[in-house]
Amino acid sequence: MTKLQVRVWRGGADGSFQPFEVPRQASQSVLDAVTYIQRVLDPTLAYRFACRVGMCGSCAMTVNGVARWTCRTHVDKVARDGRLEIAPLRSLPVVRDLVTDMREFFDKWSRAKGVFRGARSRRDAFARVAPRSAQRLSVEAGIECIGCAVCYASCDVVAQNPAYLGPAALNRAWTLLNDVRDVTQAERLRAVAGDAGCHACHSQMGCTERCPKGIAPTASIAGLKRAAAKALLAGAL
Amino acid sequence: MSARHETLLWVAQRASAALLALCVVVHLATMIYAIQGGLTAAEILGRTRGNPGWLAFYSLFVAAIAVHAPIGLRPVLGEWLRWRGMSREVFLVALALALAVLGMRAVLGMFG
Repeated sequence: MTKLQVRVWRGGADGSFQPFEVPRQASQSVLDAVTYIQRVLDPTLAYRFACRVGMCGSCAMTVNGVARWTCRTHVDKVARDGRLEIAPLRSLPVVRDLVTDMREFFDKWSRAKGVFRGARSRRDAFARVAPRSAQRLSVEAGIECIGCAVCYASCDVVAQNPAYLGPAALNRAWTLLNDVRDVTQAERLRAVAGDAGCHACHSQMGCTERCPKGIAPTASIAGLKRAAAKALLAGAL
Repeated sequence: MSARHETLLWVAQRASAALLALCVVVHLATMIYAIQGGLTAAEILGRTRGNPGWLAFYSLFVAAIAVHAPIGLRPVLGEWLRWRGMSREVFLVALALALAVLGMRAVLGMFG
């Protein structure tokens, strides 16, 4: 049986790579390889996963230098000469081994007013939103985010400016900004157009290139820039 | 900086970029057209001196540069040198003034 040479990050931010040999399997995912190491070779390896089918967004890691969801990444696709190098996601504090502290990532969703606030109560009728309206289609384009932080780890602006809200939080804000039922739009726009907000994006599209769900956060951020500019010109910012 | 200020800078950056796109094309096209068969400083000044059209065009060009360049430099200073806060803003306003003064000095020299 052929073996896969896998170097895995061990320890905290000042840790190092540890080599392992993992049996090669057909249709093997990167997460399968990590799981084999933890179950068979070294039970002290720390990593995070849950659904294994690309829904939960918890298993993202840096694979051969690129942020990816490991459960849906085939070894065939990313191994170079039978070698894998697996590290924690960039731009997030390392807790241990492959586990990062995601608090800052999700705190930024709160800072970007990523929570829906409607005005209707359970006694009111349902809001009617035309499925083909421009705003609903904008929501559609960004709503399938699973919060895996692949975009965040792939963003060079986040790497250079740790206060930057990042592609996922801004994409979330954009989907809510297009939700006609939400009543906190002015507040949200002020939250995302500040010093570390949408205008800090350089449109390098690292997020869009790497998003495993095929979302284009760059387009969402461009939408926020336009919305902020319109609000400014209307005297509403 | 507030959302209002950041957005104002973004709009100013985009608006000045649009002006620059136009100005650079006119500037280069004129140079390529005018230089056919050789050109001297005296010839250039002969065309530009006392011409209010060129004075207005190059004044607009300088204004667009004075607005555009400092706003573009702002994130570079922030991300590469970690230079943020009021001292950076003061430096960039000084840079904008310097570009405007030096640029207008050249424009007036060409006109007068």
